[in-house]
Amino acid sequence: MTDLLEKGAAASSDPADNVTVFVAPGVAGSLVSLKPRYENFIGGEWVSPVKGQYMDDVAPADGRVFCQVARSTKEDVELALDAAHAARRAWGETSLTGRAKVLNAIADVMEANLTMLAVAESWENGKPVRETLAADIPLAIDHFRYFAGATRSLEGRSTEIDHDTVAFHFHEPLGVVGQIIPFNFPLLMAAWKIAPALAAGNCTVVKPASPTPWSILKLAELLEGVVPPGVINVITGPGAEIGKALATSPRIAKIGFTGETTTGRLIMQYAAENLIPSTVELGGKSPNIFFADIMNADDEFLDKAIEGLVLYAFNKGEVCTAPSRALIQESIYDKFMERCLARIAQITQGNPLDTTTMIGPQVSSQQLDKIESYVTIGKDEGAKVLIGGETARMGGEFAGGYYFQPTVLKGNNKMRVFQEEIFGPVLAVTTFKDEAEALELANDTLYGLGAGVWTRDGNLAYRMGRGIQAGRVWTNCYHLYPAGAAFGGYKISGIGRENHAMMLEHYSQTKNLLVSYSTKPMGFF
Amino acid sequence: MTPRALEAIAHLVSDGGPVMFFQSGGCCDGSLPLCFRAGEFTIGEHDVLMGVVGESPFYIDHRQYEVWKVTRLTLDVVDGEPEGFSLPAGPGHHFVTRSRVCEVPSPS
Repeated sequence: MTDLLEKGAAASSDPADNVTVFVAPGVAGSLVSLKPRYENFIGGEWVSPVKGQYMDDVAPADGRVFCQVARSTKEDVELALDAAHAARRAWGETSLTGRAKVLNAIADVMEANLTMLAVAESWENGKPVRETLAADIPLAIDHFRYFAGATRSLEGRSTEIDHDTVAFHFHEPLGVVGQIIPFNFPLLMAAWKIAPALAAGNCTVVKPASPTPWSILKLAELLEGVVPPGVINVITGPGAEIGKALATSPRIAKIGFTGETTTGRLIMQYAAENLIPSTVELGGKSPNIFFADIMNADDEFLDKAIEGLVLYAFNKGEVCTAPSRALIQESIYDKFMERCLARIAQITQGNPLDTTTMIGPQVSSQQLDKIESYVTIGKDEGAKVLIGGETARMGGEFAGGYYFQPTVLKGNNKMRVFQEEIFGPVLAVTTFKDEAEALELANDTLYGLGAGVWTRDGNLAYRMGRGIQAGRVWTNCYHLYPAGAAFGGYKISGIGRENHAMMLEHYSQTKNLLVSYSTKPMGFF
Repeated sequence: MTPRALEAIAHLVSDGGPVMFFQSGGCCDGSLPLCFRAGEFTIGEHDVLMGVVGESPFYIDHRQYEVWKVTRLTLDVVDGEPEGFSLPAGPGHHFVTRSRVCEVPSPS
């Protein structure tokens, strides 16, 4: 946090208690420049939407419109695809060194503007700026550097079929890809998708989520002159219009999507119509499992485990891998929950641009309504509210914001609040007797994206980690997303992996040259 | 369903033809009922027809149905654009499903 505050010290800071409150975009003195209206980023230029329509972008902290972005239509999708196709050949033929140089340049320009991007991301999404300063933006920067390195070490394989026959395998770019970004980590998820696509030699058309189109446009402003025109294109607008037009286009060679499971199915259906591959990273209802031995000592590790449970409130719970089901061994439940609830009670909620704020507003009024309705369903099903459970009323300028109290519901794993992704700061907690029951409860879900296991027993951790049907099992940690650790879902949580060099394969074709170095005919004809 | 939902469906149908609904599972789409033009979303062998709203079929994934069947659903319309690929319920509005816990699965 010390490091975080050093990087963040900018606006009105009070050195007495290390508090920094950044000035909101649009207010005099803000680190972030704001235009009233933003166009699409196509072919390295700012292009007005063909039909001239715009939509409001609302800041969730106060519920007010702070700018407008293009409300694009399918004609704009075609313009973006034109630009991407125009750039495709040159970018695909750029050497690995050249591609790595561009990826590193993106990382460098983001790093030089880290605080500005962190403030923009925080204001548009509502996530606390301490998270964007310490996690979202540094991770996004590192992601570009990771793929710059990965692309340099990419090797094709050759096989000596026999003495005179060799099979050469080359990675060739797919061409132009479509990438649809979710609202919960707009810049980081854009980095997760754009970096491997570019590293593998593809050009991309990016469609940000409707509630959070602007921070990616702020990134695009930095990319002018850094990335060749047409390699990255960003178009904003409604999913039903341009998301569909992009995903169904016969002019894309792959569609990458992060979002909800039903929409993921629709994306795969569209991909099937054009016979193209898709990567879909979908929902989750991740178990976070606490074994009794964590309380064998009252030490730093126990403190870490308590924080591990409270991480359900990270990014206000709007995370596909949120540890939204806590499974706690019966014998420690009372003592452990008492410690956790005390920690949750200390969560400070408010202005996301205040570095002391731990939880900001939900991204939209729609999400807030949905969370409220789930808490009601939970109570109707017999779950007990241990803390929170209500919308949080902020005073003054944040009275119109979409805040919800950090909430814990005690119940059983069959309840809807244990089975469905609430996407808010709502933890469903229950107990288990032994290892077998812990594993059964952990896997009693449609999803399989993430999981957490907390124990001082390495063998138990290993058995659980291998037994849980999920793509990522955090062991004695949670919510770490370093580049180089493959991320993706089991079951209905998705298909494909991100965040790892293996993505280069997902964004490439394999070209095989089967070469004979013999002059002898085969002898058939 | 609410009169507001019926009215929104009637507008959608008169504007562009029949529509269908598929219940989403949470995450970014906020557990919203996703509204598509009829036939847009391919219904699989194992999807469950929960009911018909107006003349529009309302489907859910069979695995999700097992969890949802304890609740009575009401289709309604509220302010705000839908966040995924769903059609809006008229400009600036979206459909929602309101759930009430009940004993018998009986979608309305």
